[in-house]
Amino acid sequence: MHEWALAEAVVKTAVQIAEKEGLKQVTEVTVKIGELQDVERPIFRFALSQLIPSNFKLVKFRLLRSKAKLKCRVCSNVWVFKKTKLNKDAVEAIHFVPEVAHTYIKCPKCGSPDFEILEGRGIWLESIKGAK
Amino acid sequence: MVDPRVNIIEQRLKRITRVIAVSSGKGGVGKSMVATTLALSLVKRGFKVGLFDLDFTSPSTHLILGIEGVQPKEEKGLVPPLVYGLEYMSLVYYSGNQAAPLRGTDTSNALIELLAVTLWSELDYLVIDMPPGIGDAVLDLIRLVPRVEFLIVTTSSLLAFETVKKLSGLLRDLNVPILGVLENMKMTDTADIKRQTELLDLKFIMEIPYDPEIEAAIGYPEKLLATSFAQKVNAVAQTV
Repeated sequence: MHEWALAEAVVKTAVQIAEKEGLKQVTEVTVKIGELQDVERPIFRFALSQLIPSNFKLVKFRLLRSKAKLKCRVCSNVWVFKKTKLNKDAVEAIHFVPEVAHTYIKCPKCGSPDFEILEGRGIWLESIKGAK
Repeated sequence: MVDPRVNIIEQRLKRITRVIAVSSGKGGVGKSMVATTLALSLVKRGFKVGLFDLDFTSPSTHLILGIEGVQPKEEKGLVPPLVYGLEYMSLVYYSGNQAAPLRGTDTSNALIELLAVTLWSELDYLVIDMPPGIGDAVLDLIRLVPRVEFLIVTTSSLLAFETVKKLSGLLRDLNVPILGVLENMKMTDTADIKRQTELLDLKFIMEIPYDPEIEAAIGYPEKLLATSFAQKVNAVAQTV
């Protein structure tokens, strides 16, 4: 259920952007969800629907998936994170704070925990559309 | 693309009256011990207090508190468990006893994440145990929590105090309030640190003599609060 807290952040930010851009009705909000954090989409979508203000009543939330791409800083190997390779506790820990990936994931080529999360970390508000 | 988490942080902290970062320029000055004991002392005085361990790569407040088998509750966010009367948050809930080798951007992201999803209740004080130095954690905390106040811990060593000059200079440049300087683990009679603190036009809070009983009190908060060190920190709690 900590998806609720992230949904609150998305709605608050979308409201701020809508105000700044003078949108009276917001029709579409696109959110990118990184696979590293593995947010539960049904809960996240439900939270979004409960948190929206009145000028968002027509909104459609597009939830895009972003693969978690990691790059080793030692050997430059680039790979895509698969949660099936980790135990349940590690997956859950990364779900709450994706940076603890550095505790549980190692470069499959050289074994280093010193990698960069190139994409697919967590939640990003990609775009917002509406009518002025 | 916008990172939405940053926008919710102010709301998450709005029911907290004061945020105090216990900081130092150098490691090994007893900062975590001061932060934990200060938080426990404030609880003892009847305040509602949170303790947040921001030393992600070398956390130690959980060891001082001796916590085991507790986790934040997931409820529209993360609710920190109550430990010895403190709402306690740390990355160790998720990294366990293993290393969390984080670079700067990772430290920033973990801090933003925890500030965005932690649901603190109404608190009089949130005490933050900072990592040493003037790196990402200090800069991010000032950026994300502009009303933070700093309490600086040093030892009697001039090497440690040299870093106090740098830290306090940075905080002044950024208009961040400094509550004062605490001289910890004092083993000599000299008043050098007090004098130099006053030369910097900073408040010298007090000196705390080295207390050999501290080590045996790690993991036992009741025992810790009975030490002469804790009596001194309790007096600090009065001044903040």
